[in-house]
Amino acid sequence: MILTSPFHERTSALNETGLWSHWSGHLAADRYQMSDKFEYFAVRNSAGIFDSSPLYKYRIHGPDAERFLAGVLARDVRACPPGHAQYTVWCDDRGFVVEDGVVLRHGPDEFLLTAAEPNLAYFADLIGREDVRIEEVSHDYGVIAVQGPRSRDLLARLIPAVATIPYFGLASGSIAGSPVTVSRTGYSGDLGYEVWVERADALRVWDALWDSVAGHGVLPFGLAALYMLRIEAGLLLLDVDFSSSRFAWTDEDRSTPIELGLGWMFRDLASDDRAFIGRRAIERELAGGTSRWRMTGLVLDWQDYDRIYSAAGLIPPKDHTPVQEELFVYDDDIRQVGYATSFMYSPMLQRHIAMARVRPDLARLGSSVRLEVDVNHRYEYVTATTARLPLYNPARKTA
Amino acid sequence: MPKTKTTPKSSTSRPRTEAPAAPRGADRTYDAIVVGGGHNGLVNGAYLARAGLRTLIIERRPLVGGAAITEELYPGFSFTTFSYALSLLRPDIIHELELTKHGFMPLLMSSTFAPMEDGDYLWLGQDHDENLKEIARHSQHDADAYEQYSHDMEQVCQAIKPLLDAPPPDLFSDDPEELLALASLGSRFRRLDKRVLHNVVRLLTGSAADFLDDYFDSEILKGYLASSSIIGTKVGPRSQGSGLVLLYHSIGEHDAEFGAWAFHKGGNGGFTQVLARAARSFGAEIVLESPVAAVITKGGRAIGVALEDGTEYRATTVVSALDPRRTFLELVNPRELPADLVETIRRFRFQGTSAKVNFALDGLPKYPALGDRGDQYRGFTNIGPSMDYLERAFDEAKYGWYSSRPYLDCAIQSTIDPDMAPPGKHVWSSFVQYAPYELRDSDWDTERQNLGDTVQRTIESFFPGFGDLVLHREVVTPLDIERTVGLSEGNIFAGEFLAPQMYFFRPAPGWSQYRTPIDGYYQCGSGTHPGGCVMGAPGKLAAQRILKDLGRA
Repeated sequence: MILTSPFHERTSALNETGLWSHWSGHLAADRYQMSDKFEYFAVRNSAGIFDSSPLYKYRIHGPDAERFLAGVLARDVRACPPGHAQYTVWCDDRGFVVEDGVVLRHGPDEFLLTAAEPNLAYFADLIGREDVRIEEVSHDYGVIAVQGPRSRDLLARLIPAVATIPYFGLASGSIAGSPVTVSRTGYSGDLGYEVWVERADALRVWDALWDSVAGHGVLPFGLAALYMLRIEAGLLLLDVDFSSSRFAWTDEDRSTPIELGLGWMFRDLASDDRAFIGRRAIERELAGGTSRWRMTGLVLDWQDYDRIYSAAGLIPPKDHTPVQEELFVYDDDIRQVGYATSFMYSPMLQRHIAMARVRPDLARLGSSVRLEVDVNHRYEYVTATTARLPLYNPARKTA
Repeated sequence: MPKTKTTPKSSTSRPRTEAPAAPRGADRTYDAIVVGGGHNGLVNGAYLARAGLRTLIIERRPLVGGAAITEELYPGFSFTTFSYALSLLRPDIIHELELTKHGFMPLLMSSTFAPMEDGDYLWLGQDHDENLKEIARHSQHDADAYEQYSHDMEQVCQAIKPLLDAPPPDLFSDDPEELLALASLGSRFRRLDKRVLHNVVRLLTGSAADFLDDYFDSEILKGYLASSSIIGTKVGPRSQGSGLVLLYHSIGEHDAEFGAWAFHKGGNGGFTQVLARAARSFGAEIVLESPVAAVITKGGRAIGVALEDGTEYRATTVVSALDPRRTFLELVNPRELPADLVETIRRFRFQGTSAKVNFALDGLPKYPALGDRGDQYRGFTNIGPSMDYLERAFDEAKYGWYSSRPYLDCAIQSTIDPDMAPPGKHVWSSFVQYAPYELRDSDWDTERQNLGDTVQRTIESFFPGFGDLVLHREVVTPLDIERTVGLSEGNIFAGEFLAPQMYFFRPAPGWSQYRTPIDGYYQCGSGTHPGGCVMGAPGKLAAQRILKDLGRA
């Protein structure tokens, strides 16, 4: 039986398309109205509201919670003080990424970890002698993401502390008398927040929040708009941009954090004495330069793109709909040098963009590669340039 | 990056305020001066600066943008006083001038709403199947025909589009390069599919009504589509020549979608501010509140400009972004020009026929058949429910009066960009046609508010209760367009879209390539090819001509 989010009563009334995806066993709106691009622009131009409740959520607490997480998460959770959040990954002992998620640190011994897939058994099995408990709380909370330039001002009217939360900071407060946590996190690459509310209070909080944003051009947005936002923002998606090492059949299907462009997580590795899972492999990879790939942004040459389609007698398509499939990346001699995993026409950049992995030597900014596109049922190769992720990165995101 | 700026000036430190600033060149000498800071002047100046020319853009008003401006005419409400949407902007300009770096943000207008006199409506959106269903509600036949029409129009647009991105060949030149261009133009059309070519000719020469009647039965659909055939031009949908206007308005290719329109963040004023930032980033300087009185010439060549206050700026290249009448008959002395050119420009048709009425509203108007809904307003609201309605509106204009039931192209832009109005409040822009520049036995200063009343009454008849929402009303007559923006006779395209005033002949035979008979004096406004709308192509193509003449391209 498919589950519904704590906000379903409201989101289903707003969804005019009848289009839903299954996300972690829940119904999740693809788009609320006929135009996902209009929803996307609500986020970039005002604010959008997204129901992220289906994420898996784990409460990890106890006197040794920090020590435990410092040993199982690749990024040093000790650098995340109470009242803050951290984007993190966990790896296997060969240094391949299992998954990524966000950890919210509510107190010295109190953490909440989100994940895209079930990880309860995985983490529980890793508990050794530490005094730590891990509980599945996925269904205990509703999460409303409020993303976009107006999000801060709108939320601060309900919870004044929101006005001063730093990037990846937390605040507590109440909405309509119900306690909530607000984290300055999200999946849009924009200024944005997520509001965490206990399931029983979910509808009350949704209503108060929804009513408070009337007249501000705020729209609910679905997965289609979310994917547009996250590609512009260079944010990885499990099973699209990488696979979990636990379930991959071959190493070809596994990625290290460095290959995924997350090497910055290990900047302080020399002064960090943690024995976390995958550490030795990551150290070897860093020292030996053995990464097979490097994640990069690609920006397609618009003239080349238009030329190829026009020569084929076609109107060059400029479709914002994300293509979350593999497209191969080549060098000028049409030898494969990588592959793109997410591709779209970016309305903000007015260019076709991609998230791709290429050979490390080609990841140097401004390298020229070719991306395959199928034109009239055969492949053509469009010139593209490597560029730093995120490709769209407004100052307000972290300001 | 094809940036060949040679001047050592820092571009990023330029102030970005609109405060009038003295130009930095103390000696007031530049490589190029652009007269007029409308969108084409800005595009032109940006391209010239990008090529390394020390460029000055001179604007008469306290803000750049020309007719593409956004003004707070009522506290808290931003109005696109004149031009109100973006469609025909050439994509290469976005890329070459790096506009996304400077805040280019074309917000999707996701629907078109066309109310009907019987209370029904046609509401088209982004979902193809929903649109066909909506059309089928009015005519099952037309739902299918609409697919064919869209495909045929796209083919015509694709065939015509390259003409927008290159100057017209000079019909009157023996230069081999021009003959070659002419031959390649001919062969382009010869290569077209017969049916496409025939459609091109039907549209370029015939009436929109004839073209649309071949596809459709439904009056509301025909009224909606034919509306694009009269914009800015003194023709009715049944006049020969309206097909050309229809085609022109279909050829915008926002995000590769022909005929799609966008609302720039902050309105078209937001867009021209982006252009100004881009121009400055390439090193162009912009001076405001500096009306130019004349182009200074010496021995048949331009050497600078003189402002009305007597200030002079020197440059060996002077570009007029003004319309042809001002470019040839006002900025320079017509006696310096060939008589045939002067004669052609004197009879160049302006006869502006459009007005704007902008409202600040206390809330969203209601459409009775849709109850409390408001999402029908996320795009244009087209009040032109039938071909007859449009043609009748034109009838009155033929005899020198404004329409008693005008065609209105409306947009509640605050539904797309909430920054345009305070929360819960809205701005309503209505483009009005027909409102002929020359009124029979009256004048626009007398008729201004009567036009406003006529427009408001028309809106009220479709949206009962509209008047109760009005907090403020701004009526912009053709005379106001002329006075404020400087467009002769208030013609929004800087000269009508009539076949004898297009392509080879825009603005005059032999002068369609941005040069003028005065050496070093060029034209880059919408009165040159390809023409009006916020397209930018004239500004860009003129810059290419200039740079080529200077040996820099």
